[in-house]
Amino acid sequence: MLRFLITVVRRDVLLAVRRRGDWLTAQFFFVMVVSMFPLGVGPEPSMLRVIGPGVVWVSALLACLLSLGRLYADDFRDGSLEQMLLSPYPNSLLALGKALAHWIINGIPLLLIAPVLGIQFGLPAEALLILVLSLAIGTPILSLLGGIGAALTLGLRGGGVLITLLILPLYVPVLIFGAGAVEGAMSGTGSEAHLSLLGAFLVMSLLIAPWISSLALKVSVE
Amino acid sequence: MNLYYYASPATFYPLAGKLIPWFAGLAVVLGAIGLYISFFIAPTDFQQGEGYRIIFIHVPAAWMSMFIYLVMAFWSAIGLAFNTRLSFLIARALAPTGAMFTFIALWTGAFWGKPMWGTWWVWDARLTSELILLFLYVGYMALQAAIDAPRRADRAGALLNLVGVINIPIIYFSVKWWNTLHQGSSVSLTGAPSMAMIMLWGMLVMALAAWMYTIAVSLARSRILILERERQTEWARAQLEGQA
Amino acid sequence: MNWESWQAFWAMGGYGLYVWGSFGMTALCVAGEIWLLRRHRQRTLDTLRRLQRLNQQP
Repeated sequence: MLRFLITVVRRDVLLAVRRRGDWLTAQFFFVMVVSMFPLGVGPEPSMLRVIGPGVVWVSALLACLLSLGRLYADDFRDGSLEQMLLSPYPNSLLALGKALAHWIINGIPLLLIAPVLGIQFGLPAEALLILVLSLAIGTPILSLLGGIGAALTLGLRGGGVLITLLILPLYVPVLIFGAGAVEGAMSGTGSEAHLSLLGAFLVMSLLIAPWISSLALKVSVE
Repeated sequence: MNLYYYASPATFYPLAGKLIPWFAGLAVVLGAIGLYISFFIAPTDFQQGEGYRIIFIHVPAAWMSMFIYLVMAFWSAIGLAFNTRLSFLIARALAPTGAMFTFIALWTGAFWGKPMWGTWWVWDARLTSELILLFLYVGYMALQAAIDAPRRADRAGALLNLVGVINIPIIYFSVKWWNTLHQGSSVSLTGAPSMAMIMLWGMLVMALAAWMYTIAVSLARSRILILERERQTEWARAQLEGQA
Repeated sequence: MNWESWQAFWAMGGYGLYVWGSFGMTALCVAGEIWLLRRHRQRTLDTLRRLQRLNQQP
């Protein structure tokens, strides 16, 4: 079982490494969206420091959604998804592997870029640490929940926009706890509570989301 | 009585047709009583004057918006568990009405907030959750509209519906928490007038009217959906010719 | 009875805009939904009947 999971993850990561242009798009999208905000609201450092955590987090949600459209779509088009669904292993394992691969490809680079963007917004060092930490706990949730949306909208026209409509409301708690943790660190109220709630949400998504994604995949493929 | 008998679209269609006038009638009668209570029996509030009368639609609409989403999830779960096509159709028929009540709750909330707190909108926990509920309804309907294959549309919508229901408490809790952390404005909804018995009655009657209305409208909508789906069958053809 | 006159009824003690804005929008939504539903039903029936006639002809 574990080997199957590793195979699924490695396959997707390898594919992403071969097609570097594809996944770089989402990372640059993240950087660009974040950089648009100072241009929109003005360069006052005090203002930027207040909106910084929220801006980085919202942009992370959008960047994640941008890359989710292709989570199953390529495999669906060339027929390999159906082959994988026919494998003797539970389909939720496939969904978990896919979400994990998505997080490795799209989530981890966000963690590495985010501190740089945080510096642009004048966040203090401690807040930068919490920002990375909250993203580290939060982005896997984005990939897991997003997997459900990707499975539901598989092969539909306008799937990219549709996935945003379906999944963005479900991201609300992640956004609140994630951005809240950073703000808590900055205002001195502490961020442990936010981070532990985010962790609880991660555990819950790990348990439920792959299973629902597998059901959704079955519905969409049959 | 055999429930499975009515679970078949061919028998449900005429049954729904017979029930609609009754529920519509009840909705009209209860609505009239509710309006009478809200305008003529309920006394003027000493704090909010006549403005508080908005409560008689705002609260029932908010109740209905949440209640309908739960009922939809119930039918979605039944449909997924027992593979009954009719349950999916009922869930689907309820969604637009649920979205409408959510919109009404938001709209009346704004029209109540303006005179009472001086702003059309506050990022209050309840208002914000209601807004997200509206997004959930919209997502459900958009997904259904985007899928052409009926079987897939039913099941995908039901799954999304259930995911939404699991998330609603989490969303509500997180929004509430977020709101208490950001006590920017001193506005609080908990300062609403203490509920007199007559106000409660007015809201209950209005909620009941809204409920009857919902049943009537969603029965009518599910009839249309059934006819569209079953147009190849013998009874649907007979039905169409009979009404020509 | 709460109201001295029709005028007082419509004025709602100064809250007329808000009260009638709320009740009016609700009435509009309900009427709109019923109208849309009627139209949907009529159109569906028309389309399905036309399909049926086309199927019978050959």
